[in-house]
Amino acid sequence: MTTLLLAPLRGIGRTTLGALAAIGRIALFGGSAISHILRPPFYPKEFLQALVHIGYFSLPVVGMTALFTGGALALQIYSGGARFSAETVVPSIVAIGMVRELGPVLGGLMVAARVASSIAAEIGTMKVTEQIDALVTLSTHPMKYLTAPRVLAATLAVPALVAVGDSIGIFGGYLVGVNRLGFNPATYLKNTRDFLETWDIVSGLWKGAAFGFIVAVTGCYYGMNSGRGAQGVGRATKAAVVAASVLILATNYILTELFFSA
Amino acid sequence: MITLSGIHKSFGPNQVLRGVDLVVPTGQSMVIIGGSGTGKSVLLKCILGLVQPDAGSISIDGEDATTAARDVFLARFGMLFQGGALFDSLPVWQNVAFRLLRGSLKRPRAEAREIAIEKLRRVGLKPETADLYPAELSGGMQKRVGLARAIAAEPEIIFFDEPTTGLDPIMAGVINELIREIVTEMGATAMAITHDMSSVRAIADRVAMLHGGVIQWTGPISEMDATPDPYVQQFIHGRAEGPIEAVR
Ligand SMILES: Nc1ncnc2c1ncn2[C@@H]1O[C@H](COP(=O)(O)OP(=O)(O)O)[C@@H](O)[C@H]1O
Ligand SMILES: [Mg+2]
Repeated sequence: MTTLLLAPLRGIGRTTLGALAAIGRIALFGGSAISHILRPPFYPKEFLQALVHIGYFSLPVVGMTALFTGGALALQIYSGGARFSAETVVPSIVAIGMVRELGPVLGGLMVAARVASSIAAEIGTMKVTEQIDALVTLSTHPMKYLTAPRVLAATLAVPALVAVGDSIGIFGGYLVGVNRLGFNPATYLKNTRDFLETWDIVSGLWKGAAFGFIVAVTGCYYGMNSGRGAQGVGRATKAAVVAASVLILATNYILTELFFSA
Repeated sequence: MITLSGIHKSFGPNQVLRGVDLVVPTGQSMVIIGGSGTGKSVLLKCILGLVQPDAGSISIDGEDATTAARDVFLARFGMLFQGGALFDSLPVWQNVAFRLLRGSLKRPRAEAREIAIEKLRRVGLKPETADLYPAELSGGMQKRVGLARAIAAEPEIIFFDEPTTGLDPIMAGVINELIREIVTEMGATAMAITHDMSSVRAIADRVAMLHGGVIQWTGPISEMDATPDPYVQQFIHGRAEGPIEAVR
């Protein structure tokens, strides 16, 4: 009887311990990535490639996400605001919601899906085909050559993506506001501008940097620790996306506490 | 001279190496034979520090391999991996010249490319191959590119992990001859893994048989056929009956 009751608890306990251990290892890996970013040798070509791959090629996904989210947000705020006749707050709430929260979080999650998976799969495949071993024998440190450029690139690229996403999201809100909800274009823009503070935007960009770091670090970590064979790479890829997404959401909460709790 | 003594390595419950003792004299080529899964690749990786042995010591010319400065230590080695392990994001010539394009051996790009093309020619590949990507090559060509990469920086010690596996007999013959030539010509110390007996005869100065996690027999190639060791006899004649279990 007691074993029957304890079995699920034990399962939860084991999962929790496992998750905490994984977070610890990812954190150590992230620390080591930073130390390799700071010390030569540097690989500028790999960095630029990673920047294009992570930043530029993520633009369409992040842009589309922001556009639809901004539009939906405008509709929601309008119908919700109507309950206490506060429809006029639509522009400012769309703007604040986008730049502080939805821009960075949704952008981060989309990048997690697109980039954490591809990094984990690429590095995992390199691991199982002995390419990582080959790198080492060619006197090249895998952390420096593979991890450092990707982590640096993602940390810089995601804030830029967030900035673009913020603008497109606000524009999505504007399109819906003006065309569907009957806002005057000039008033909409003025409201957006007047109520948005610099820190709203900057805090979102910091979040973006943190999320970019998380995405690249988890992708590299799971790739480097990939199990053997195609199955190992598959598992690593899945684990990287799940871990990156959860860590982004958790970090988002923590950063929001830090930035905005009075 | 490469000296291994008492090398142990387990993966979980799987005890792969259980006390390997082996000496590879400088300038000679040692061929390691043994069934698949006996830990031959793991042994080479232990020497390179890609796998940490659980116990035992490894020294190169009397210097402990585990404490040596990694960069200087690795710069003395070239390795041909079992699957080629070419970087599929880089064209062939950049694979071959990898070491020459970065780090302590860095030299101008044009010069590195020239050396790469020269090494490719050395392993029987045309200059046109240089700009292809590894995925565009056949298995045999990938092996040869791997070989060219292993010798590109003229290492003192070269490891070959199953250089002829998966190749047709003619290509295997070509690779064997090539390895022999490279070793003789460069005066390098070589360790090769193979289960191909024609390859053993073509490459080896000395042979060591790995079985059950230890070196069962080692000696010069000239003594291999005459040794009474039942493991070696069963292996070189490919018999199903003998001390080595056919089902592993
Ligand atoms: N990284 C690893 N993790 C777990 N087991 C491994 C690892 N590398 C090798 N092994 C195991 O060690 C044994 C020897 O492998 P290997 O040295 O590749 O054999 P071979 O003699 O065919 O080259 C095998 O049973 C293999 O499963
Ligand atoms: Mg092997």
